[in-house]
Amino acid sequence: MSILNRRVDLPLAGGLAVLCVLGLVVLFSASGESTGIFISQIIRIGIGIFVMLSVAQLSPNALLRIGPILYVSGILLLVTVAFWGDGQGARRWIDLGYIRFQPSEILKLAVPIVIAAIVSNRSLPPSSRGLLLCALVIFVPTILIYLQPDLGTAILVASSGLIIIFLGGISWRLIRYSSFLLCCLAPVVWYFIRDYQKQRILTLFAPERDPLGAGYHIIQSKIAIGSGGIYGKGWLNGTQSHLEFLPERATDFIFAVYCEEFGFVGVLVLFMAYALVVIRSIVILYDAQDTFSRLLGGAIIFTFVSYVFVNIGMVVGLLPVVGVPLPLVSYGGTSMVTILGGFGILMSIQTHKKFYADV
Amino acid sequence: MCVMFVLMALGLVVRLFYLQIQNNEHFSTRSLENRIKIEPLVPARGLIFSRNGKLIAGNSTSLSLVAIPEKIDDMKASLARLGEKLGLDEAQLEQSLISSKGKSFQKHVLKANLTEKEAAIFAANRFQFPGVSVIPNSSRYYPLGEEMAHVLGYVGRIQPEELKDLDETNYRGTRLIGKTGIEGSLEPLLHGTSGYQRVEVNAEGRVIRIVERRASIPGENIQLTIDSDLQREAFKALSGKVGAIVAIDPNNGEILVAMSNPSFDPNLFVNGITQKQYDALIYSKDRGLFNRFLRGQYPPGSIIKPIVALGALEAGIKRHDVNVFCPGFFRLTENGRPYRCWAKEGHGNVNMTASIARSCDVYYYSLAKKFGIQGLHDSLTLFGLGEKTGVDLPGEKAGLVPSADWKREKLGRNWYKGETLISAIGQGFMLATPMQLAYATSILASKGDAKIPHLFRASKHNFLNEINLRQSDGVAVVLKNQNNWDLVREAMVQVVHGKAGTARSSKLANGIIFAGKTGTAQVSSVDRELELQPDEIPVHLRDHSLFVGYAPAENPAIAIAVVIENGGSGSRVAAPIAKRVVDKFFAGNQKF
Repeated sequence: MSILNRRVDLPLAGGLAVLCVLGLVVLFSASGESTGIFISQIIRIGIGIFVMLSVAQLSPNALLRIGPILYVSGILLLVTVAFWGDGQGARRWIDLGYIRFQPSEILKLAVPIVIAAIVSNRSLPPSSRGLLLCALVIFVPTILIYLQPDLGTAILVASSGLIIIFLGGISWRLIRYSSFLLCCLAPVVWYFIRDYQKQRILTLFAPERDPLGAGYHIIQSKIAIGSGGIYGKGWLNGTQSHLEFLPERATDFIFAVYCEEFGFVGVLVLFMAYALVVIRSIVILYDAQDTFSRLLGGAIIFTFVSYVFVNIGMVVGLLPVVGVPLPLVSYGGTSMVTILGGFGILMSIQTHKKFYADV
Repeated sequence: MCVMFVLMALGLVVRLFYLQIQNNEHFSTRSLENRIKIEPLVPARGLIFSRNGKLIAGNSTSLSLVAIPEKIDDMKASLARLGEKLGLDEAQLEQSLISSKGKSFQKHVLKANLTEKEAAIFAANRFQFPGVSVIPNSSRYYPLGEEMAHVLGYVGRIQPEELKDLDETNYRGTRLIGKTGIEGSLEPLLHGTSGYQRVEVNAEGRVIRIVERRASIPGENIQLTIDSDLQREAFKALSGKVGAIVAIDPNNGEILVAMSNPSFDPNLFVNGITQKQYDALIYSKDRGLFNRFLRGQYPPGSIIKPIVALGALEAGIKRHDVNVFCPGFFRLTENGRPYRCWAKEGHGNVNMTASIARSCDVYYYSLAKKFGIQGLHDSLTLFGLGEKTGVDLPGEKAGLVPSADWKREKLGRNWYKGETLISAIGQGFMLATPMQLAYATSILASKGDAKIPHLFRASKHNFLNEINLRQSDGVAVVLKNQNNWDLVREAMVQVVHGKAGTARSSKLANGIIFAGKTGTAQVSSVDRELELQPDEIPVHLRDHSLFVGYAPAENPAIAIAVVIENGGSGSRVAAPIAKRVVDKFFAGNQKF
């Protein structure tokens, strides 16, 4: 076996490949049969696979050391973006000539690594001092991303850190207190969030309030999904997407295109592919040998599942509209690379464990 | 954590089951509604031709400036810029935006009939005006303008209150509707049947493909009975005068001329007349919009004498060869007030023929005394006076033939004998429209074979087949003694051809025999009471000048009525105008 082969977890890679292929198939339709977008997505998948395999070569220990460097550079880039970034309305992107990427994506990996390192370095459950440090580590990037403004990613970055603290085991009392505090804060938060964010939340509960404005996305998305039926309208035959009624159909709302063209049966197939990836990841997690790996791996799976849930929840009208892509399916570069990078970490955990065992 | 994941997945699957399987039908319908739109296909309006084949109402394509309000962020600023760039009145643009029907995502007409220059300027600057565009649309034009205005009427934009009475499916997309005249009365024929197409559209409303199409059926082309050359002659003859001319073919009721002067340009109304132009028409002294041949009600004066004479002959009131002595006045009783004849010095001995030829009033006073108002009323109504002729134009007036019953009912007063006298010479309460006068004359001409006057000659189907032309009979006038027709006709011939005839200076060219009757109807009693010279009387109080006639007397082909408001004497003003038109008729007609 070559070194490369030994660092790859085949069941996981298989699940990811199925998702990427399904993604490419529906993207071709959603983009209006644009070969340009199709090829560009293949290139991104290629870069993602390269990053995944590279990360898989590193041992979890190496990741632990790289983590803080990644974190600090991510923060610096966020600050840079705040002053020089591009983006439509919100400043999220950094332009490196040929490639553009969102620095917030780096932190989606860096924050869990650093938090996992902090938590695993001390005795469990984490002490108040450790918790305070974690809170700081999470708070700084979250605020920076929130100010971009990108509420969705801010929540995901924060939760990717918080889940590790949770997995690390904090007292239920603290959870209860913080939940209570959150509930109290809700009205205050409502007061502070921006108008368009309020709109999105209101729209969730009553999309027909403003059918051509804020509610348009959700109404069109539900029409696309609902009209798909059991077997769907067939590949390339989705009217909602091809006649451009569905907004953001190649990116955030690609799931609606999928539902329209492949129906409920197609949805079950996609869910099975996601389930395969998640179940295999959980198996890897249970076999992991050290706390750092378990915490980090847990955070990655949690983040991945939250992405899927938040995106699909939004598209089917269960959650507010937040800019979260559907992992491995939506068109978009940085999230693809980040997610595959995350699975690289899981592969590293799995393969390096085996490597030790062999010795 | 695993439990949580399973719950999340379950939640999503349940939701998708709800959307895709339970509510599939609902969303499928909405998806279909989203992409399939029904667009109306507006039929081309039928063309209108004159009897001599001239196009008198046609369709043209014009450019309109339209706006989709929903796509314009700042309407006010946009209109201001449009006004500035194209040199248009901003307030006018706003006004037409407000008055146009439709929803905010539909096209609203800002300005119809753009000039080529305006369209070009807009095209060069269109990037500045999102939501505004120029579209071609079918419009109406009237090549003969003023000459045909009161016959054709005009089309104009459909007003919201008109929508109630329309078949909404057939008028979806139609912009113009016939408002008055033939355009109004033949609207159902001219409009045609609207078609539709079901089109697949994208989210921007752009048409991707046509799914189903049912073509519209164009409106029928119409031929009118009007002779455009003769109509032009009438228009010219009336120039500078206020009045009306109607000429009818007595054999079938076809209206050859129907002219009311002053007139107006019907083209002004098609794409929305401006307030200023409208005010100018409404407040002008002689009211060009007023259709005098259809709605102008005038005292007919001596015009009715042949009909009264005929009625009296039939009733056996007086033999035609019995003389009445005219000393210039008539008294009902020994010392009663004198009723004057227009000829102060009197006509001397007058029989029926002379009473018509010289228009002696006293003869008719003496007839009336025996005949009574009911006898007069019945003779006059036989010839269609006092009721609408039924001509195919909207808004016709009925005129008035008084009777004792009528006066009691309407005015609550008793009838006076003196009123019978002046009724016999067409004064007093009596009123008639030029259309009625022409119709009555055509009945005289055809010896009672009444044909209802009409303008609609044929539709496309029988353009070439002249056998089945539309004509409808009125109530025929049947005399006990057919000879009476000839007696009255001979008297009317004497009006023009007799030595003492009132219209002896209006003989026709080429020796065609013209039977006629002049009329000089009093507007007020000033002239007879004060005995003023005609040019000392203020214009609006001067007599109306009237003439009716038909020719050739033996075998009539045209019956004509001319009314000139405040024109003065019938023999000097109205009769020469009638001669001019009838001469033109025969000049253009090879048969004669």
